[in-house]
Amino acid sequence: MKKVITGNQAVAYGVILSRVDVISAYPITPQTTIVEELSELTASGRMKTVFLKVESEHSAMAALIGASTGGVRCFTATSSHGLAYMHEMLHWASGARLPIVLVNVNRAIAPPWNIWSDQSDSLSQRDTGWVQLYCEHNQEVLDTVLQAYRIAESVKLPVMVVLDAYVLSHTSEPVEIPTAEEVDAFLPPYCPEYTIDTQEPMAFSTIATPDHFLEFRYKIQKAMEQVPEIAKKVNDEFRSRFNRGYGAIERYGKEEADILLMTSGTVTGTSRIVVEKLNRKGYDVCGLKIKRFRPFPVEEICKEIKGAKKVAIIDRNLSAGVGGIFAQELRASLYSREKRPQIFGFVSGLGGRDITPELIEEAIQYTVDHPQPEEEILWLGLKK
Amino acid sequence: MIEIRFHGRGGQGAVVASKVLAVAFFHETLYVQSFPAFGVERRGAPVMAFLRVDRQPIHLRVNIYEPDHIVVLDPTLIGAVDVTAGLKQNGWILINSHQLPEAFSDLKGFRRATVDATSIAVRNGLGSRTSPIINTAILGAFSKVTGLVGIDSIALAIREELSGKKDENAKAAREAFQEVRF
Repeated sequence: MKKVITGNQAVAYGVILSRVDVISAYPITPQTTIVEELSELTASGRMKTVFLKVESEHSAMAALIGASTGGVRCFTATSSHGLAYMHEMLHWASGARLPIVLVNVNRAIAPPWNIWSDQSDSLSQRDTGWVQLYCEHNQEVLDTVLQAYRIAESVKLPVMVVLDAYVLSHTSEPVEIPTAEEVDAFLPPYCPEYTIDTQEPMAFSTIATPDHFLEFRYKIQKAMEQVPEIAKKVNDEFRSRFNRGYGAIERYGKEEADILLMTSGTVTGTSRIVVEKLNRKGYDVCGLKIKRFRPFPVEEICKEIKGAKKVAIIDRNLSAGVGGIFAQELRASLYSREKRPQIFGFVSGLGGRDITPELIEEAIQYTVDHPQPEEEILWLGLKK
Repeated sequence: MIEIRFHGRGGQGAVVASKVLAVAFFHETLYVQSFPAFGVERRGAPVMAFLRVDRQPIHLRVNIYEPDHIVVLDPTLIGAVDVTAGLKQNGWILINSHQLPEAFSDLKGFRRATVDATSIAVRNGLGSRTSPIINTAILGAFSKVTGLVGIDSIALAIREELSGKKDENAKAAREAFQEVRF
């Protein structure tokens, strides 16, 4: 069934269809309508789940850590400062190898106060050991929630699904909603390897001395390294069942080009239009959408770069002192390659400013006109 | 692609109007994208909502700067806000007003239409006399004036999207369809 729904509703449908057992959330700002929908569905009995209203985002994640250790499927949603407040518990979730799924609506971090789209909230959690998947449209939001549980439960790592504030969260568009039967066939019930069991007592999250700690972290790294293969398998199966899917990256426009435009989130949608237009005008440019930020799809990107001489990358985020965070990751991944394209790192659209087709065209034109960037950070649309 | 901008005041239901119209177009097998002007809305303050309609999937993810048509839910916004900003030539401006289109002489140069959605809402029991709910009636007028979407699709969308007074809202839309002046 196809329905016109917002990104937040798409998340809620994904959660219902995933037959989540426990939802825990802090219901006040910066919470989104995701948990509003879910609490209504739970209260009316249309969804069989335990809904915990807690006193903070920190507690929301702490409660899920308990629930997930108990062996059930868990969910929470948050945004901006809420995610920042969860930080400590995000480390705990991955350290304890709990397949929790969290949806974060990308919003700026204050001050100055700003409730609009900006990836700085989720990207400042990049070192917490969570898989991070970014979405371009509401269909992808729903589908990614379903895939996230499969990935999380396979590698025993938590997964963060990320969507742009307003541009997706409050925007209504047609979304195909799969039936419960279809999703049940794709996503079987969660069967944890270890859970709290009074009949068979075990110690969880106990102390690990320097003799053991390194090995725990090594195993998390190894689990992260499995993500590309498992995510691909999950997506292939999803595609065969639902006739749609999303890779860690997606190339669009020409097969191969001198200039590659790299984007994530909804900026990709607008970029598709610009790349198509410029291709018609004879520009040698193609687009690359990055869906998976963590683990960063190094191999996949290297394959798609082919003979590209320049990569223009638009970051809707800023690590002050360095620049755009996707650009930083890209530079690091390409360093060991023999042939390295020039990286043009654009920063734009912070705090929800529109990244218009004109701005994207300006970025490409700059990249065409310059053999190398004049500065490490190229500010796009900056008022001077 | 057709781009439509709604002007209203917080609490008047501009966002719902945009969504209901989106669903109406969707029923006519078109792709739609409906969104509010992203901000911190307060009751009574000027607000906007947007709608894109196309025959193919919509990838564009920016505000609407040059709309094809404009819908104004509250005539007191005219003058207070630049409602025609970016409006394309030959675009319709549909206003909720008891006055004739010619009365809005400041908007000369645009195709004007008016409908007394307030009276229609009041006589159908939608909202109160001081705070009528006119966002469904005005969509009936939009259907007639632009011819872009059928009144039956509007009525169907109203029934699907609204939780209460479905019949009254659908009836208000049909009445506005008949009564709009342009």
